[in-house]
Amino acid sequence: MTATAGDQPGLDVREVSVSFVAPRAQTSGDHDPAGRVVVLDGVSLSVSSGEVVALLGPSGSGKSTLLRVVAGIVTPDSGRVFVHGLDVTERPTHLRGIGMVFQDNQLFPHMSVLDNVAFGPKMAGVARSERTERAARWLRRVGLAGFEDRRVTDLSGGEAKRVALARALAAEPAVVLLDEPLTGLDRELHDRLAVELAKLLHDAQVTTLLVTHDQDEAATIADRTALLAEL
Amino acid sequence: MDGAGARVNRLPRWLPVALAVGPTLGLLVFYAWPFLTLVVEAVTATAIADTLGRASTWEVVWFTAWQAAVSTLATIAIGLAPAYVLARFEFRGRTVLVGVLTAMFVLPTVVMGAAFLALLPDSLDRTVWAVIGAHVVFNLAVVVRVVGSLWEHLPTDMEAAAATLGASRWKVATRISIPLVRPAVTAAATIVFLFTFTSYGVIRILGAPGTRTIEVEVWRRATQLGDVGGAAVLALLQLVALIAIVSWSTVAQRRHAQALGLLATSARRRPRTAGERRFVTLVAGAALLVAAAPLVALVLRSFSTPTGWSTTAWTNLGRSEIRPGIRIGIDPVDAVVNSLTNAAWATSFAVVIGALASLAIVAAGRAGRALDGGLMLPLATSAVTIGFGMLITFDTAPVDWRASWWLVPVGHALIAVPFVVRTCVGVLRSVDPAMGDAAATLGASPARSWRATVVPYLWRPLAVGAALAAAISLGEFGATSFLSRSGGETMPIAIEQLLGRTGSVLQAQGFALATLLAATTVVLVVLVERLQTARNGPTR
Repeated sequence: MTATAGDQPGLDVREVSVSFVAPRAQTSGDHDPAGRVVVLDGVSLSVSSGEVVALLGPSGSGKSTLLRVVAGIVTPDSGRVFVHGLDVTERPTHLRGIGMVFQDNQLFPHMSVLDNVAFGPKMAGVARSERTERAARWLRRVGLAGFEDRRVTDLSGGEAKRVALARALAAEPAVVLLDEPLTGLDRELHDRLAVELAKLLHDAQVTTLLVTHDQDEAATIADRTALLAEL
Repeated sequence: MDGAGARVNRLPRWLPVALAVGPTLGLLVFYAWPFLTLVVEAVTATAIADTLGRASTWEVVWFTAWQAAVSTLATIAIGLAPAYVLARFEFRGRTVLVGVLTAMFVLPTVVMGAAFLALLPDSLDRTVWAVIGAHVVFNLAVVVRVVGSLWEHLPTDMEAAAATLGASRWKVATRISIPLVRPAVTAAATIVFLFTFTSYGVIRILGAPGTRTIEVEVWRRATQLGDVGGAAVLALLQLVALIAIVSWSTVAQRRHAQALGLLATSARRRPRTAGERRFVTLVAGAALLVAAAPLVALVLRSFSTPTGWSTTAWTNLGRSEIRPGIRIGIDPVDAVVNSLTNAAWATSFAVVIGALASLAIVAAGRAGRALDGGLMLPLATSAVTIGFGMLITFDTAPVDWRASWWLVPVGHALIAVPFVVRTCVGVLRSVDPAMGDAAATLGASPARSWRATVVPYLWRPLAVGAALAAAISLGEFGATSFLSRSGGETMPIAIEQLLGRTGSVLQAQGFALATLLAATTVVLVVLVERLQTARNGPTR
């Protein structure tokens, strides 16, 4: 989706805090009933409309949790999330207009590549011929023309990642979240995809927040880098 | 220890053979022989022509099929929501719900029939709807366990991914969650269909003259009408149908099998939003109500008389005279004693045969598969067919064993052995063969090292198997209804007879006896669960 709102940031995260009850398995022996683990403590972050921001931080620092709060998959203890100035904190995930590429893609194994990519438009009520056309177009843009009828279980790691990206973007979300999008790919593929990804996101002018632990990757893809520890 | 280690360290050949002799003989005499007698002697050309040419045969087949289909569809439709809630959410009372659902599944069929008789108003009592209701409650645990275990292993992020693409809760359920568990749904549906297609005890209690399954018709023709040939033809017809269903299901499950991103287990979580809490409360509450209501009704009815609440049914359980001079011909207390005696013997037989067979199967490696498969056959054959075959085989000298005290326990053991073997073989196979190698390097001969490293792991699963065998024997109704003789009635037989008579006193006694049987079974199954969750390890 192209940027519309004037001064409003595309994504605005204000004072978000998240804590979990420590799972019993990890607190062997002594269960402190109030033993909560604080994952995010008052985190604020703003991404301008159409801007690509990379969030850096070591593994386990809560980067993924922040994305999940933005997507509405994790409910924060406190804090608000705004999309183009609109408070979406209380909205269910499917009404937020936020797309997400999961670290392990989460392609639907019972659907073809095309049906995966066309799923978002289908949920939005786009007519069959149009959503097929739109999905095919996105598959071309990620370099997977001709993959429409393939089974997603037969894809290579790089192909699956491109399908996940095409699927998220074909839904035309207001904000896209990328969770360690290039982790687990081999070096050469990683570098090539990083460049492609940067071009794709900027061409689409979509507000993007990506998390990574790789500084080079962040520099290649993003307009700006933020460190979670400093937020 | 499948195909254990180096050739020089093989167990002596005589060992598995010696272990396998007893189980093999038992299987041949008490299963293969009666089954062949049934096929060869009873199934004549005339019997086939007569039976298949009769319209009533096809009415029975049609009824069997459609009630099974409706029961299966209803069980799946009602079971999916609780399966999902139990797989995905942590909530107060979760353990209770799982326990109640499991308890319903392990209850003897006769008890389930009795519970529905107690629950439903008289107008619904002996109708097909009562039968279907009992089938649904009985089998909910199958859907919850089979489908739920797949759901537990599917990444919750898959559903979150659909939500980020704009799918509402309903769309996530219908487009993602349910299609993904389709193989498990097919598997659960097959199991439920098989159970309800061969339903016997429930229908003997709840059925009316027009509602007979093939199983019930086999019993009726064989024991009530003396049409042994017709009964045998029907038993075989059913077997053919069962094989067809299982083959179809195997193919269907393979076709729908998908490589899913299965995790070890996705963590269950507490419901977060108000909507989620409502959903979980509603589904769990409804499931608990549906599953527990028949049991509660059963207990209440054992205390209810036309004149109000009373413990008469319980206190008079031992009196065969209900009024001076009027006897009912069945003694409930005798039935309890008979059941316990039978269960003790059946458990002993099943434990000895099962232990020998399990050790033989594991020690023989590849060759053990034949015995393994053979011992599973009684499970695939209905209990009614087993009892029927034994009845028509062991009726002439020198094998006229009809009056022998051990015939009923042997029938029960035949049905229980597969469970004992399955419990034991799995544990024995998981013993690390390296331990045997270690023993060998310390100077133990192959046989000695096997005794030291494998055999000690047998006792705990054997205890589990024993409790299962006892529970199976106590509730067994299909084979028993052919083999038990007047005066030797077991609890399920007595329950069926008491509930089949008119008069509130007898009914209440039937309900009391069913309550007793239900409680005993549940205690045994809880014991099984306790033993199983206790750490598996060698015991001495």
